[in-house]
Parts: sequence; structure tokens; C-alpha cells
Amino acid sequence: MRLSNFRRKKIAGPVLVVTALLTVGSAFSIASALPSAQRTEVSAQSTLVDEGKQIFLKGCSSCHGLNAEGGAVAPSLIGVGAAAVDFQVGTGRMPMADMSQQAMRKKPVYDATQTAALAAYVASLAPGPAAVDSASLTWERDGNVAQGGELFRTNCAMCHNFAAQGGALTNGKYAPSLMGVEPQHIYEAMITGPQSMPKFSDKTITPAEKLSIIKWIKSAQSEPAIGGASLGRVGPVTEGLLVWTLGLGLLIGIAVWLATKAR
Amino acid sequence: MKKSERVAGNVASYIDDRTGAAGWAKKNLTKVFPDHWSFMLGEIALYSFIILLLSGTFLTFWFDPSQQEVIYNGTYAPLSHVSMSASYASTLHISFDVRGGLLMRQIHHWAALIFMAAIVVHLLRVFFTGAFRKPREANWLIGIGLLTLGIVEGFLGYSLPDDLLSGTGIRIAEAIIQAIPVVGSYLSFFAFGGAFPGHVFIPRIYIVHVLLLPGIFLALITVHLMLVWYQKHTQYPGPGRKETNVVGYPLMPVYMAKAGGFFFIVFGVTAFLGAVASINPIWLYGPYTPGQISAGSQPDWYMGWLDGLVRMAPPLETHAFGHTISWNILIPGLIIPGILFTGMALYPFIESWMSRDNREHHLLDRPRNVPNRTALGAMSLSFMIISLANGGNDIIATHFHLTINGIMWFTRFGLFIVPPIVFIITKRICLSLQRADREIVLHGRETGRLVMTPEGEFLEVHEELTPEKKWTLTQHEQPAALTAPSEDANGTRSKAGIKGKVRARMSEAHVEQITSPTATEAHELEGGHH
Repeated sequence: MRLSNFRRKKIAGPVLVVTALLTVGSAFSIASALPSAQRTEVSAQSTLVDEGKQIFLKGCSSCHGLNAEGGAVAPSLIGVGAAAVDFQVGTGRMPMADMSQQAMRKKPVYDATQTAALAAYVASLAPGPAAVDSASLTWERDGNVAQGGELFRTNCAMCHNFAAQGGALTNGKYAPSLMGVEPQHIYEAMITGPQSMPKFSDKTITPAEKLSIIKWIKSAQSEPAIGGASLGRVGPVTEGLLVWTLGLGLLIGIAVWLATKAR
Repeated sequence: MKKSERVAGNVASYIDDRTGAAGWAKKNLTKVFPDHWSFMLGEIALYSFIILLLSGTFLTFWFDPSQQEVIYNGTYAPLSHVSMSASYASTLHISFDVRGGLLMRQIHHWAALIFMAAIVVHLLRVFFTGAFRKPREANWLIGIGLLTLGIVEGFLGYSLPDDLLSGTGIRIAEAIIQAIPVVGSYLSFFAFGGAFPGHVFIPRIYIVHVLLLPGIFLALITVHLMLVWYQKHTQYPGPGRKETNVVGYPLMPVYMAKAGGFFFIVFGVTAFLGAVASINPIWLYGPYTPGQISAGSQPDWYMGWLDGLVRMAPPLETHAFGHTISWNILIPGLIIPGILFTGMALYPFIESWMSRDNREHHLLDRPRNVPNRTALGAMSLSFMIISLANGGNDIIATHFHLTINGIMWFTRFGLFIVPPIVFIITKRICLSLQRADREIVLHGRETGRLVMTPEGEFLEVHEELTPEKKWTLTQHEQPAALTAPSEDANGTRSKAGIKGKVRARMSEAHVEQITSPTATEAHELEGGHH
């Protein structure tokens, strides 16, 4: 059958719409699934402080102040420690792209060496939590998945969702998805409490428990899709959406087809 | 006669001699049903119910409805040695250690979602086509009962595994019970056998879920179908179709084959969803503990509108005589659903009252021909959709980069503003469609063929409709509005009073129509035009 004949068929419209939706949908999912930037190991050196200060003056001081004392739109960085810098700059949140509700994760502006320099400079201003690196975190060896899950559900799931997929906060703020986040950044977020997140001190959640939480997050991330497509692991909303579109769509479509056949 | 035929004949005679079934079967197997795809929506619900019974029975073989605390040591490693209730542990066991268990759980849950969705679309079909009118008001009420019980049954069902999400749902149910003024706290203590969560709630809802409600469902569905059988099925208008006949195919063999086949199709679609799409992954939610909560905790979709209403309710509370009245839960959780469902149940009676119509109706309305009813339905639907959208406000916020507060405020205002707009627009669309019908009956279908007359004039050829088509487009009644005279012929004041005026006003809105072309009009035009 020639294509030009096909387009006159009743079914051509629906088929075209479905094809177009599939194309756009898969293009979007491919485009949005690009891997996040890789990071390399950070090494701290005392000479880095000066280097860091230069980067700071160029890239950060307009908001955070010439001496990191803070300003109208940005907090003071004195005492936040290298951990906060490594988290904020290492995940691309700082420098911010715009003054939106919340700094979002994006491709880091500074490379690992520059980030380390910045961290060294900020750490030199006042004592604060030190940066950690993924290699030194022994979560795979020392973490306990089940205990980590319990801790996660008690302390983290209320914002980050039961499967660490992220969730909404007030006024456009959100708890981001933890899928694909480097262990060091998860750890640093817990000890520094970035943005809306509370700080979990070593007394609230011990370092060993933090490793368990990381292990649970990694286990949730690598868990295969048990029972079929995961539907985003966001609960019943997507299930309801699927039942009304695919489920009822198929059934009503077949009912229409059956009734047409009878004539 | 072949041997097999003789044996079959003997068996049939044996049964008929003892039961007299032949006469009954002869009458009923040839019963005629009209044919339309929209008459199969209720069937989807019926077949899903059968699937629910079958898959649910399978699940009861392993499910342990107990809140006894146990330590998990099954195959799902991320919950190893975690303490949980026996009901949660047995659901994990069904999911990971029973052959086919997870598939059955997923089929059961998908079937429940399809069941509820099919009930809703079936209800919409019945409403928009006026199938609820006399003599089918009782069946409408049974349908509303099934919908309401379906919501309860679904909620109880997904509460049974005692996972973090379902426990959160029960917590909200407890809050709604407690919001009942004065007696709320006592009712909550009765239901939970003490303070939340207690040890008795899961065993109690289990027996309600697997015995009490399915029993009521079976009884109601049986009566529902018996009434369809006894009152006969409605049919869409068309040539040869009257209030006094049913045009269609006999039960045997046409509908036996179609319905039987359609059952397997529904089963197939449900099993397909159960096989390819995860639903209610309770192992990810974790066991319920009152101290924990997950972001994005939502109910299943048929409860979502309730959750949406609760989410948008402003924080209102009053304290009087030592009692707290939580309007923020009472209004969205009990009062609004009460008004909606009562209004829905009463609608057939309201319509019959306001149009003073006590006749039987077996021919369905085309939705456009009753603009007021269609607009009311669309308006109610928009109310539900807005509420439902707010039920998923956090998921919408994160996935479309919106603010949860913005969505909440939009739905708070939208709930009052959008439905009236939808009413007006729907009514206008219906009237426009009626105009289009009138136009096409009088002037025929535009063929798009242009013809040049010898004088050089261009004319588009209009193709006249077939008489059958014309009949279908013009057969509907167009009753005049009721009037409410304030005095009768002798100058006595009418007894009807305000009630009569209200009725007249409602009737006026109800009958707003575009005048359908009469036979003479059509005839005259034919003479003039062609």
C-alpha cells in the first residue's frame, strides 16, 4: 500500500500522533540522560590558598564579599569549611547561574584543582568541616544497607522521597534526586547542610551511620527494576497516569474496535 | 444422528426433565442487546472485579494480616534484620519468595486501578446519555454505592501491607475520623482499638477487605446486572429504534462470544501491565513506623482528589466547649465528598422533578441535545480533575519545575472559578453542535465540490443526508420550559409558590435548545434550494 493511501485511513491520525509523541518522548529521555561531569581526585596543598583566593576574588567575591564575609544576597563563608566548598562548587551549584529559589546541580564551572584551591582558601579563613573524597569513604566495606535504609527513612525520605528520587519543598525549592551523586558529596551535604537541608552532626548521625546511608542510597540506585518499569519511583501518581492512558486507552480502544467489527 | 449428538441430547433432556431449564434458556439466551462500544465500559469493571477475586484469593494463601512484630530474614537484602509487622513481612515474602507472587500482587493492584477507572468512565457514559432516567434510578443508586465502596475497598486493600506509604494513608484516615466533631476521638479509638497505630487495625480491615466488602460487591453487582436484564438495556436513537423495542443482537451466540472474548482481553491487558510495570513497590517504601514519612506520599488515583482537597484546605480550626473542630480536615475530608456524592445520587430525581418528567426512557440522549446536563457533568468533572491535580502537586512541582505553593493557590481559586467557566463553555459547545446538526439536516453535507453554472456562477454542491441520518439528528424531544403562573384562571394564588418558581427557573435552564428543524422546514427548503 502506498503511503499516500495510508494517510487517508481513519487510523492515520492517531498513528501519527502516537509516533510523534514517541519520537519526542524518546528524544527527551535520551537528551536528559546525559551523564553528569566526572570529577577527579582532589589534593590539598598549602600553596593552593593563594591560588584559591585569586579564583575567589574573580568568581565569588561579587556576592560573598571580598573577604568572604557575605553580603545582601549571599552568606558569609567564614567557618563553612572545605567540605561546603567542595560540595557547592564540586556539584556545580556554585557559582549560581541565576538568582532562582535554589542553586541547582549543573556542570561544574571549576575543575578539581581549582575547586581544591577554593576549598583551601575558604578553610584557611576559619576552622570548619574538612572536605572528604570518595576514595577515603569506606562505605562499601563498613556500611550496613538495612541500617542505612532505616536511617534514610527516618531522616532523609521526608524530603528526598522513599527511593531518594527527590521531592518538592515550599516555594519552588526542592530536595534533589540523589541518583548518581558522588559519595563524597552525599557525605559533605550531611555534614554541612547546604541550602534548605539541615546539618546532621556526628552526634546525630555517626560517621559510621553516614556510611550506611550512602551504602543504602547506592543500593537503591543500583537496584534493578523489580516487577517491571519503575515508573520513576515516585509513588502512585505515575501509576494512576499509566492506568488512565495505557490501561484504559487500550481497553476502550479494543472496545471500539470490537463494536466496529460487529457491524 | 451422530453418537455425540445423541449423548448431548440425552444430557440436555435429563437436566430439562428435572429443572425445566429449556424454556428459561430459550427465552433468555435469545435476549437481544444493543451494540455500542460505550456499553462495554461497565463490562471492563465487571471483568476487573472477577480478576480481583481470583488474584486476591491467591494472595490470601500467603498474606498474614497481623501487626505482630517480626524480624525480616527473607531474600530482599536491603531490609535484612529490619523489624517490621508480620503483614509487611508476608507481603515481602509474596513479592520475593512466592513463585508468581509479585506478578499476582501487581495484577491485583493494576486490576483495582482499572476497576475504579472503568467504574468512572461507565458512570460518565450513563450520566451524559441520560441512562439513569426512569426506570433506572435504582440502578444509578447501586452504581453510586459500588463506586463509593470501591474507593473504600481500594484504600483498605493498599493499606494492608503496612508499608510506610500505606501507614501514612491510614494516619490520614485516622485524622479524618478524628475530625468528626465531638465523637471523632472516640470513633478513632474504637476503630484502632486504642491509640494509633495499635495492633488490631490491619486484622480488622483485612476481614472487611476480603470478606465483607467483596460480599456486598457481589450482591450489588448481581442486582445491578439483574436490573439491566429485567429493565432491558438502553439504546442510542436511530431509525427503527423506539422506546418500546430493543434493536441489537441476541445473547447467544453473539454476546456470549463477545463478552467472553472481552473478558480475556481485559485479563490480558491487566496481566500485561502486571508483567511490565511495577506498582506499589512496598520493599522500597520500607515498613511503617509512625515516626517516618516519605516525600511524595500520595494515595491511589481514586483517592487523589480527596487528598488534593485536603492539601489545599486553609488552616481553619475553632475551639468551643472543650472541643476542637478542625475545619481544615472536616470540610475537604467529609463535607465536600458528602455533598458531591449526595448530589450525584440525587441527580436523577432532581432532573425528573425539574422537568416534570415521569415517563420511562429507554432511548438514550445524545449529550449535545441536553446541554444543561452535559454542562453540569463537565463542570463536576473539572472540579474533580482540579482536586486530583492538587493531590499530585509535589510531583507536578518537581517534574515541571513549578512551585508547590503556586499550584496550591491556582487550585484553590481554580476550584471555584474553573467549573462555572467549564459549564458555560460546555453549554455553548452543545448549542453550537445542535446548530451544526440543524444546518446539516437543512442544507446537507458540504462536499467540497465546486460547480460552475453556464452563467459563470460558482456553487458548492451540498449532498443531502440520508433519511436515516436525518431521523437520528432530529428525533429528540424538545419540551418547552415549565411555567409557574402566580395565579390560576380564577385569580387564586398558585399553591406552588417559591418551589414552583425554582422549578420553572431550573426547567428553563434545562430545556435551553436550538430548535430542531421540523419536517415542513426541511421540506420547504428542499423545494426552494434544489
